[in-house]
Amino acid sequence: MFTTSMIMAILPEILLLVLGLLVLAFDLIWKSESKRNLGWLTASGLLFILVLSVAIARPAESTAVFGGMLRYDMLGFVFKLLFIFGAMMTTLFMMDAEKLGKRGESYILLLVATIGMSLMASASDLIMLYLAIETTSIPMYILAGFMRDDKKSTEAGFKYLLFGAMASTIMLYGFSLIFGFTGSTALVAITGFSMPLAIGVIALIMIGIAFKISLAPFHFWAPDVYEGAPTPITGFLSTASKAAGFAVLMRLFLGLFPATSQYAPTWTMVMAVLATITMTLGNVVALSQTNIKRMLAYSSVAHAGYALVGVVSLSELGVGSVTFYLIAYVMTNLAAFGIIAAFSKVTGSDEIADYAGMSRRNPTLGLVALVAFLSLTGMPPFGGFVAKVFVFAAAVKADMIWLAVVGILNSIVGLYYYLTFLKVVYLYRMEGENEEAHPIPLTRPYAIALTVLSFAILAVGIIFGPWFNIASSVAEGLF
Amino acid sequence: MDFLYNHLLSIILFFPAVAAILVVFLPNGEDKLARWVAFIASLVPFALTLVLWANFDATNAGTFQFEETYVWYSTINSNFHIGVDGISLSMVLLTTLLTPLAILASFNIKEKVKAYMMLFLFLEMGMLGVFLSMDLLIFFVFWEIGLVPMYFLINQWGSENRNYASLKFMIYTVGGSLGLLLAIQLLGVLFGTYDIAAITEGWTALNSGMVMGMPVATVKIVAFWAFVVAFAIKVPVWPFHTWLPDAHTEAPVAGSMILAGVLLKLGAYGFIRLVLPLYPAESAQFAGWLAFLAVMAIVFGAFGAYGQWDFKRLVAYSSVNHMGFVLLGIAAAAKAPGTASAHIAMNGAILQMFNHGISAAAMFFLVGVIYERTHTRDLKKYGGLFPLIPVFGGILIFASMSSLGLPGLNGFVSEFLVVRGAWAEMAGFTAAGMIGLLFTGAYILKGIKNVLHGPLNEEWAHGDHKISDINLREVLVMLPLMALMLSLGIAPAWLLGVINNAVTALF
Amino acid sequence: MTFPILSVIIFSPIVAALIILMMPAERKTEIRVMALMTAVFALLLSLWVYLTYDQSLAGYQFIEKYDWMPAFGISLHLGVDGISTPLVLLTGVVMFTGVIISWGIEDRPREFFAFLFLLASGVFGVFVALDLFMLFFFYEIAVFPMYLLIAIWGWVKTREYAAMKLTLYLFIGSVVALLGALAMYFQSGMGTFDMLMLETANFSPEFQKIWFLPVFLGFAVLGGIWPFHNWSPDGHVAAPTAVSMFHAGVLMKLGAFAALRVGIMLLPEGAKFWAPLILMLALVNVVYGAFIAMIQTDLKYMIGFSSVSHMGLVMLGFATLTEQGMTGAGVQMFSHGVMTALFFAATGMVYDRAHTRKIPELGGMIKPLPWVGFAFIIGGLVSMGMPGFSGFVAEFPIFMGVWQVKPWVAILAVISIVITAAYIMLAIRRTFFGEMPKEFEGHITPIKAIDKVALVLLSGLMIGLGIFPGIMVPMVQSGIQNVLRILGGA
Repeated sequence: MFTTSMIMAILPEILLLVLGLLVLAFDLIWKSESKRNLGWLTASGLLFILVLSVAIARPAESTAVFGGMLRYDMLGFVFKLLFIFGAMMTTLFMMDAEKLGKRGESYILLLVATIGMSLMASASDLIMLYLAIETTSIPMYILAGFMRDDKKSTEAGFKYLLFGAMASTIMLYGFSLIFGFTGSTALVAITGFSMPLAIGVIALIMIGIAFKISLAPFHFWAPDVYEGAPTPITGFLSTASKAAGFAVLMRLFLGLFPATSQYAPTWTMVMAVLATITMTLGNVVALSQTNIKRMLAYSSVAHAGYALVGVVSLSELGVGSVTFYLIAYVMTNLAAFGIIAAFSKVTGSDEIADYAGMSRRNPTLGLVALVAFLSLTGMPPFGGFVAKVFVFAAAVKADMIWLAVVGILNSIVGLYYYLTFLKVVYLYRMEGENEEAHPIPLTRPYAIALTVLSFAILAVGIIFGPWFNIASSVAEGLF
Repeated sequence: MDFLYNHLLSIILFFPAVAAILVVFLPNGEDKLARWVAFIASLVPFALTLVLWANFDATNAGTFQFEETYVWYSTINSNFHIGVDGISLSMVLLTTLLTPLAILASFNIKEKVKAYMMLFLFLEMGMLGVFLSMDLLIFFVFWEIGLVPMYFLINQWGSENRNYASLKFMIYTVGGSLGLLLAIQLLGVLFGTYDIAAITEGWTALNSGMVMGMPVATVKIVAFWAFVVAFAIKVPVWPFHTWLPDAHTEAPVAGSMILAGVLLKLGAYGFIRLVLPLYPAESAQFAGWLAFLAVMAIVFGAFGAYGQWDFKRLVAYSSVNHMGFVLLGIAAAAKAPGTASAHIAMNGAILQMFNHGISAAAMFFLVGVIYERTHTRDLKKYGGLFPLIPVFGGILIFASMSSLGLPGLNGFVSEFLVVRGAWAEMAGFTAAGMIGLLFTGAYILKGIKNVLHGPLNEEWAHGDHKISDINLREVLVMLPLMALMLSLGIAPAWLLGVINNAVTALF
Repeated sequence: MTFPILSVIIFSPIVAALIILMMPAERKTEIRVMALMTAVFALLLSLWVYLTYDQSLAGYQFIEKYDWMPAFGISLHLGVDGISTPLVLLTGVVMFTGVIISWGIEDRPREFFAFLFLLASGVFGVFVALDLFMLFFFYEIAVFPMYLLIAIWGWVKTREYAAMKLTLYLFIGSVVALLGALAMYFQSGMGTFDMLMLETANFSPEFQKIWFLPVFLGFAVLGGIWPFHNWSPDGHVAAPTAVSMFHAGVLMKLGAFAALRVGIMLLPEGAKFWAPLILMLALVNVVYGAFIAMIQTDLKYMIGFSSVSHMGLVMLGFATLTEQGMTGAGVQMFSHGVMTALFFAATGMVYDRAHTRKIPELGGMIKPLPWVGFAFIIGGLVSMGMPGFSGFVAEFPIFMGVWQVKPWVAILAVISIVITAAYIMLAIRRTFFGEMPKEFEGHITPIKAIDKVALVLLSGLMIGLGIFPGIMVPMVQSGIQNVLRILGGA
């Protein structure tokens, strides 16, 4: 029987679906000139969903719904809000993007992907989880290759499809082994199981997820895809999609192999090593990039590594810190890609060198770049600082000081290339030094989204108490 | 008036500083005004010093009078504690007397008059502060402060080689005071106070045990030499004297007057006020060494002076020679404290400080007077000037005789006392010193001869370079000095009495 | 509810920065006036704190405490003691004079002042924070605007290199210290970042010995301790005048202060254990810095290395762990802050007109720029530790402290004084006296009246403190006594 809690559990998804249908309908009605307004529709719809969900859909306690297919808990809830927020911002960025903004399909695909992510965050059954992952991935494959005339975009879409499919397959193989050994797909039923070859199973699942969240050495698709995909989509891919991966990671690993499990030391150690490799590789390779999208691609690889540090510490604090990290990271990285989208819309370039003089061409955009990139660096009073502190704190608490040290060394490398970018933005001049003649106008959607994101980054960074409370409430359901 | 009496010393001490600040705020370009303000301002401390002298209880010259104490640096327990006894009183008198004369002597300064006058007044404050301090830290503060104005006076108003000379002066004296600074810190750390009386009591009583991980005796010897070197550089004692001829030669006239007249006395005063009381045993132990250095200063100073053809350098070396007698007196007093000959020697040393202050100032001024007219200090370029400038000639001979130690003038009295006191204790050194005295005569006469006598250098007799005689202002500078030379030569009792009372009470 | 003066001091520059950012970029004069008003406001408030700090009560005053993140035990806990009160005043002074000196900046003054004020907020925050987390928060805020300020408005030749070097050094230092802070947080088991409570945590001696060095040195990097001082002269040279003033005047104090507050006060046993090592490092700073300064021909490099030497004295004072040594170090922080601010202001004024800072190429500057010359001379005298100026008042107790611990260190360190005297005097003479090179004739315009205000204020503070040490030293001492209580009690 349907109960209120069942409705509430999937209220965001229902509303997203309704919104998608609305967009479809208007796509048919509106003429092509006014199809840009679909973006306003989507964005305001998402805002409405966000507000409504916050107002009424907050779970009181962790309950299983739909026969154990989904869990209605804070982990799912918080991440859903995060995805909806991300989708909203992405919509705004998409509106004035070439080819994306005036096509109803792009918004619908985005909404479908968001539905998939929401389900990923709350899935508590292996089958449901797999379905959710695919629901997310397929629209994303299309969106990545959305610009058919563009070779790079096509390449991105295809590459993403191939690697994504392979990762899904590997993960599915792992799921099937679990089912084979335990006879169940419900997470509740298989929690704390033990079986032969468990390590191998863990490895399979881990590889699958590692692809999704682009952990080294399973990251190599990311730079090409990020570079080729339309910039707003890249932003979404590198934030919401990654956050969804982390939600799954936490639920699966903390649920299936909790701290008490005999496998806990093994998988945490493996993940710690993965985190180390990811952080180091992402940062070091990012150093030599000349394309801003590729640089951010590697930097987001590195950020996944930092966030993983929190997972590894296997504690309530750890989970809270990861969630907090992702909240801050989503906002920050979206802002960064928003800047890139706005910039390349006018200049048509993603080369770092072309950013010279940007702060003179548009001082406001310069300031947003400052906020976003310093937050990525981990400087107060921006969100990135507090997020990093908590993640490292979790590592210190778990007596993994070496991991914190690795993270610190890496953030220093990060500091270098982020500052290098800011240097180009603020210090270097355009050729001819007549920046005033080449302004970068911001259209309204960009202005709104970037303002919201900047203030959000500041809000997370300064008034971090309430945000952390939300983030740590995620952990309560898991421990 | 009560306020005046209760704060007499701080008023004497700080009036020059207040006046200096006042001078800074005078309108630009009004050189004459600046000169007169500075001159009159410098007369005030002199007048107050006379008041001080009149009210000073000479029979108790050995105890500090007019004491004032204010909390200065509570954290390290250093107080602004000043007072005068017979020894410092005579030095204060010398300082406040020479400063107005030096300012009067520098009325011919044309460049940056305001800055010059300001520095001079600050310099006066620095010197007075050293003589008045009864707190070791305050002593050091004023000791160092005096360097700054002197450095700039030499550097800004000196002659060609002034950059080298001023830096040498600075580095020598700062370097020399490092040991002093360290030793003062050591004492401060040991006793938790900087009051000289308290430290003297504690330090002399401390004769055994360990300090800073070393035996007391060793520490005392090291600290003793730290003090000695700092003061010896200032005096200057051979072999630390090499900065002096440079500094003197390059300094402006009034700068040399103050440098020779007062600044050198700071070193000697340091010996008397600090080294002997703080280290009686070490002083006695090393008195021979001090005497040796003193004799070397006397002899080499005299030889050095004789070898010069630069008139100013000649006078500068004479300072080394004369200050050697001061140190000889101090060494003799250190050797056998409490004896009659020690008192005599010490009296001689202090009187010699005063006398040298007067005569050296006079000599440097006279060199300056003739330099201003001829623009050369080369003795070979003068000659036979007596008939052209008879008044100057007379004054020069008078001052030279005082410097030479002619009986009847001041120099004789003090040198006699030093020799008389030292003879009993260290006859050998004294005898050696007498050789130096012989050459004192030789170089003084050499100076007089080359300037005033011999064949006339025609250049100065006619034409553009025709030399003019000393003017009224310059005579006014010399008159008080000459009066003192004479009065101290004939009847030194008014000064010696005060000094003697202090010396017998202290040593 | 009393007036929350400390939070107003911290946040008013940030608010002003936001307002300035919202002003149109073309209205440069209005932006400058706004900046000046903010600076005056901050100066008055910090002066107010200084004057109303009750010395007889000592301890932490003007305390404010707002819960920030109770779950983690983070609170916005503010308060000043005898050590930080003078530093707050120092920041106010440097901010005020820095704005005055930067009046002539033509390239994007809006962003310049906004970043400068962000920096100022961070600095104020560190000095008054009593919460370890907040201390780091403000510490980082103080560090990163530095990069932009140097890279954008700095000296073209070295600014990119220097800005990056500086930021990397300081960032490394701070995160290493942060690690130590987190370790303390968890080790204490008290669930709070409140430093007043962590002081009572009684960490085991082993723990303290392990963590003291990273924490102290992590902060001391910003204090310029050898061998991590390398960023500082480069940074000084590359930075625009006002930023050099902030950098050497205030920012380096931040490092020393935090090293004291977090390193020594929270890990007293570790401090006792490692003090001899710190003493050695600081000794190298003092002597080595002076020697290197002596051979510099660029005025700013000279001042930069002299800062290394002088900050060495601060560390030396702290490392003695004696009342006098630490009190002197506290006063030296203020004295050196004012002194270098003055030095850089004067150097900047010369450079703006002569377009060179090479000492051999300058000369005779005192004639066209008498105020600058006098100010530089006063700064020089302070630098040499000349009695009657604040430098002496600060350095003397430091040396007394060193005597009590290691006499031979005092004897070696004192060498720096004579070296300092030599290079300072040479620099003064070559820059301000002698013949002015022909090419400068007519180019050296007089300074503005407002610049004189800055010079007089800075010089006056140094002379005032030098003649009347009582106006500051007992206050610092009261703060140090608290430190000693911790050192003795642990």
